[in-house]
Amino acid sequence: MNWGRLIVKNAAKTALAAAIALPMSIGMNAAASAETTLRVVMHSDLKIVDPIWTTAYMSRNYGYMVYDTLFAMDSDTTVHPQMVDTYTVSDDKLAYTLTLRDGLKWHDGAPVTSEDCIASIKRWGSKDSMGQKLLEFVADFTVVDDKTFTINMKKPYGLVIASLAKPSSNVPFMMPKRVAETPSSDQITDYTGSGPFVFNTEEWKPGDVAVFEKFDDYVPRSEPASWGAGGKVVNVDRVEWISIKDHQTAVNALLEGEVDYLEAPPTDLLPLFEGNDDITAKILNPLGNQYMFRLNWLHPPFDNVKMRRAALMAINQVDFVQATIGNPDYYKECPAMFVCGTSFASDEGTEIVMKSDIEGAKKLLEEAGYDGTPVVVMQSTDVDVLNNLGPVAADKLKQAGFNVDLQAMDWQTLVARRAKKEAPSEGGWNVFMTSWTAADILNPISAAGYGASCDKAWFGWPCDEKMEELREAFATETDEGKQKALAIEIQKRAMEVVTHAHAGQWYQVPAWRSDKLSGVLGGPFPIFWNIAKSE
Amino acid sequence: MFGFIIQRLLATIPVLGMVAVFVFLMLRLTPGDPAAVLAGDNGTPEQIEQIRQSLGLNEPLLVQLGIWVGNLLQGDFGQSYFFKKDVAELILLRVEPTLALAITTLILTIAVAVPIGVIAAYKHGTWIDRAVMAFSVAGFSVPVFVLGYILIYVFAMEVKLFPVQGYKEISDGFWPFLHRLILPSITLSVIYIALIARITRASVLEILGEDYIRTAYAKGLTPSTVLRKHALRNAAVPIVTVIGIGIALLIGGVVVTESVYNIPGLGRLTVDAVLGRDYPTIQAVIIVFSFVYVVINLLVDLTYSLLDPRIRY
Amino acid sequence: MTEGTENLVDAAASADASSRRATVWEQLVRNTSVMVGGAIMALMVLIAICAPLLGTMDPSDIDPAWRNKKPGTERTLTADDGTQSTWVYLMGTDTLGRDTYSRVIYGAQVSLAVGLIVAVLSLAIGLVVGMVSGYIRWLDGIVMRVMDGLMAIPGILLAIALVSLADAGLVTVILAITIPEIPRVVRLVRSIVLSIREEPYVEAAISVGTRLHLILIRHVLPNTIAPLIVQGTYICASAILVEAILSFLGVGIPPETPTWGNIMAEGRILFRVFPHNILFPGIFLAITVLAVNMLGDGLRDTLDPRMRKRL
Repeated sequence: MNWGRLIVKNAAKTALAAAIALPMSIGMNAAASAETTLRVVMHSDLKIVDPIWTTAYMSRNYGYMVYDTLFAMDSDTTVHPQMVDTYTVSDDKLAYTLTLRDGLKWHDGAPVTSEDCIASIKRWGSKDSMGQKLLEFVADFTVVDDKTFTINMKKPYGLVIASLAKPSSNVPFMMPKRVAETPSSDQITDYTGSGPFVFNTEEWKPGDVAVFEKFDDYVPRSEPASWGAGGKVVNVDRVEWISIKDHQTAVNALLEGEVDYLEAPPTDLLPLFEGNDDITAKILNPLGNQYMFRLNWLHPPFDNVKMRRAALMAINQVDFVQATIGNPDYYKECPAMFVCGTSFASDEGTEIVMKSDIEGAKKLLEEAGYDGTPVVVMQSTDVDVLNNLGPVAADKLKQAGFNVDLQAMDWQTLVARRAKKEAPSEGGWNVFMTSWTAADILNPISAAGYGASCDKAWFGWPCDEKMEELREAFATETDEGKQKALAIEIQKRAMEVVTHAHAGQWYQVPAWRSDKLSGVLGGPFPIFWNIAKSE
Repeated sequence: MFGFIIQRLLATIPVLGMVAVFVFLMLRLTPGDPAAVLAGDNGTPEQIEQIRQSLGLNEPLLVQLGIWVGNLLQGDFGQSYFFKKDVAELILLRVEPTLALAITTLILTIAVAVPIGVIAAYKHGTWIDRAVMAFSVAGFSVPVFVLGYILIYVFAMEVKLFPVQGYKEISDGFWPFLHRLILPSITLSVIYIALIARITRASVLEILGEDYIRTAYAKGLTPSTVLRKHALRNAAVPIVTVIGIGIALLIGGVVVTESVYNIPGLGRLTVDAVLGRDYPTIQAVIIVFSFVYVVINLLVDLTYSLLDPRIRY
Repeated sequence: MTEGTENLVDAAASADASSRRATVWEQLVRNTSVMVGGAIMALMVLIAICAPLLGTMDPSDIDPAWRNKKPGTERTLTADDGTQSTWVYLMGTDTLGRDTYSRVIYGAQVSLAVGLIVAVLSLAIGLVVGMVSGYIRWLDGIVMRVMDGLMAIPGILLAIALVSLADAGLVTVILAITIPEIPRVVRLVRSIVLSIREEPYVEAAISVGTRLHLILIRHVLPNTIAPLIVQGTYICASAILVEAILSFLGVGIPPETPTWGNIMAEGRILFRVFPHNILFPGIFLAITVLAVNMLGDGLRDTLDPRMRKRL
């Protein structure tokens, strides 16, 4: 074993680091008296520090700290330039010319250039589904000067700016060219960004704490901050993301003031904050999240559209949100698949998931000749907001007459198993449930659930030509009114052929020490600029 | 004796090898795919396939095993799939908290359990005995996490004696370090105190029935001398065995305590790695654990012969 | 000649055993802790068997509209024919609106089964392996190294692996809890064997050529019973708890099947707000553990000849 050597090596490294750091830390201690540290408990710990390589929400949240975006969406879901100063679209809609703001710098001090941005768009576009769609329409990029570049299209595409302003995973974050040239199959190892915070790699203890420091050279926009748009003004010196696995402990730590902010306390524990003037618990992401009920098209019984419709009849939204969230203040029955309160929201064709029609489901099941094939429902047991979905789904399907096999497993087993195309009896599955941040599913291109390209579609592999045609039409449509009409068509089609069902809208309720923090902003991802802390 | 130690140390090699191969195969046969985890919740099937390729998970099993063993022999545990850091580095970061928790718990356990066990045996059938037994029953009828919550609620929230959670390195000062370890150690030690007190009581009780104890009394020795010189010494073998087992249990069993008190130790690293299917980390942690177990068991065996000269090696 | 002497030694041993047998029953009946412990255990087993008759509902019946109700909440049920009846949630409900009382009562079935099966399995296997290992020197090294290896694999990993290789369920969880217990029993048995094999009467038996299995059964086995019973009660109690911990980590018996452990594990997040989901199964668990221990202690006091000598 090589432990002896390793320990010695490490000790030597530490000693060396300490020797170097010593004079520095003496200098820093003088300033440290005024240093403010924001202590935050996120919903999970930071594992992967490459927000393009993975769609994990923690990596996205990390991305918003360290990187900046060309465009960003504000709280009205309107897109604004962020790193971009001005942009022009040619009359034939084939050339988008973007000019960057003055004074943008990477954390290493180098200026942000057009080349950097082009490389970043390419890396993101090779990975992200919306980015791939965009690149299909892009002919090439031309550099005009250090701060200006043009995106040349093959044919008009309606979602160019919307794609670059995509608010959730994968977000098109801008990285230095040398970093963005990392193949998208490899994780990056250089964490230089141009965002409002610098990631402190030295102090990062994976699974324990991740540390961010204010980037002094960041130039915020002058507009007020709103979601990812506007001026990202940082008012603290340090942000620490502390990983606390146990919810009870995290809540206790907030009550005792050991941490300042919880991203995702369980709603059932929120009563503990009631009547406590020092703590505010409030919905910050107005769009919230949406549960998804997903069926596997490859295997009986759900290879038959009637069976899928029967399943849809059996379930209803309110049972799901009640069982997981419980408090009606924090959930909403929402008939719109593209999320209530957004531009493509519509009630058409979705009444089937709003109420259980057990008798109707039974009848349909009989009609379709259900032969008692077991339905494997996967239930995750270690993600609090998902745990109770499986039993509810199983219960409803059982009532409708399905022969249900509810299988409990940890979430990681579930995500691995849902990728398996084998028959349920050979390690595959029939039903699973998950949740999406609303920001991911605002349109039928970014929302993975509507893809119906058979083998290539998202897990469940729906296969429907008409749906694919509708999505293609939506993607190439540039008129907003017509886009909306197409979105409604897509929603109706999704319900007809049952790609998936929206099983209720729910909200995360962050809680923070309002006796210390001010300026907490809402958004579809946690925002740590604009927050000021007084001890 | 020296030859025995050498022989035992050599014997650890096949054990570690066995564990290594067993764990490797078990992980690969376990459904669960690190690539699916890495890709994130919205990962597409293509992205997952790409990640599988880049991690070398599509290679035949034996090739993967070969590569891993080859690296291991050179002292390279590999890189964590998630953090892209050397596993050895990750483990070293986590050793101190776990070691600290294990040691404080062990000290607390032995300091409490052995004396009360002996006293209970000596006062067999009295209220003291019953009280000790009642405690030891209560001690392991409460799940660790419940006990943890209760202690936090009482001693950290109501009476604000201790912090709710967290860990400070010993280099941050001894008192902050110890202050944060007190509640976790109590939480964790209760079940071991219960176990070891019982075993101590049972063993001493058995010895007290032996003829030579009566002889000792007959010689006119005081009860405390009899207890110390004869009873405890002879009862020591099972006690040491259980303490050895206790240490082994401790290493594996800190998981829940670490989670409740948010201590960044090896237990949590292991669970996170297992749940995330971070193969290189799991494999390395288990090999390190195996090594520690083997060493502890060796120490236990050596203690036997010190305590009981009838046992020779 | 050898045969004759051997018979003599054996006869002495069995004479001792039969005289003990005659009085054991009386002693057991006279021992209060055996009686009380046994009575409680019998009651628990009875509860487990009669669960459907004890005014319970289906423990996996969910009703999100009635989640997180405090103990004693009343609910008016309307049957299909229009008659109304009142259902009282004696122990409240959990986050899915399942009746905690019914879950605790049904939970007795699985929890007791887990505790007892794990204890019996690990003692039986551990005893055999430990005796053989402690007695046959050349095997000792190999067996103990295998045991070390077995012990080194964290139970949780084993549980996850087994649960995902087969389906999550009673059998896999029992296996996952039993396997790490075995080496511990083996080490305990072995340590006893190591002391005993040097005893004069064992050496005497060897010198007269008594066969190995007879020595083990007649001389070694009786000496292991007392510590094993203590160990067994501990394993039984801890198996019930380990099952709870596996649930805490999300890899235990599927929550659809209630066990005291997973009721508590599921209820743990709401400990501060709705403690009843931890309290009630916890009380049942504690009483059962108490009974198992009383039974164990009583049995040991009665069965161990040396204890008898002293009393």
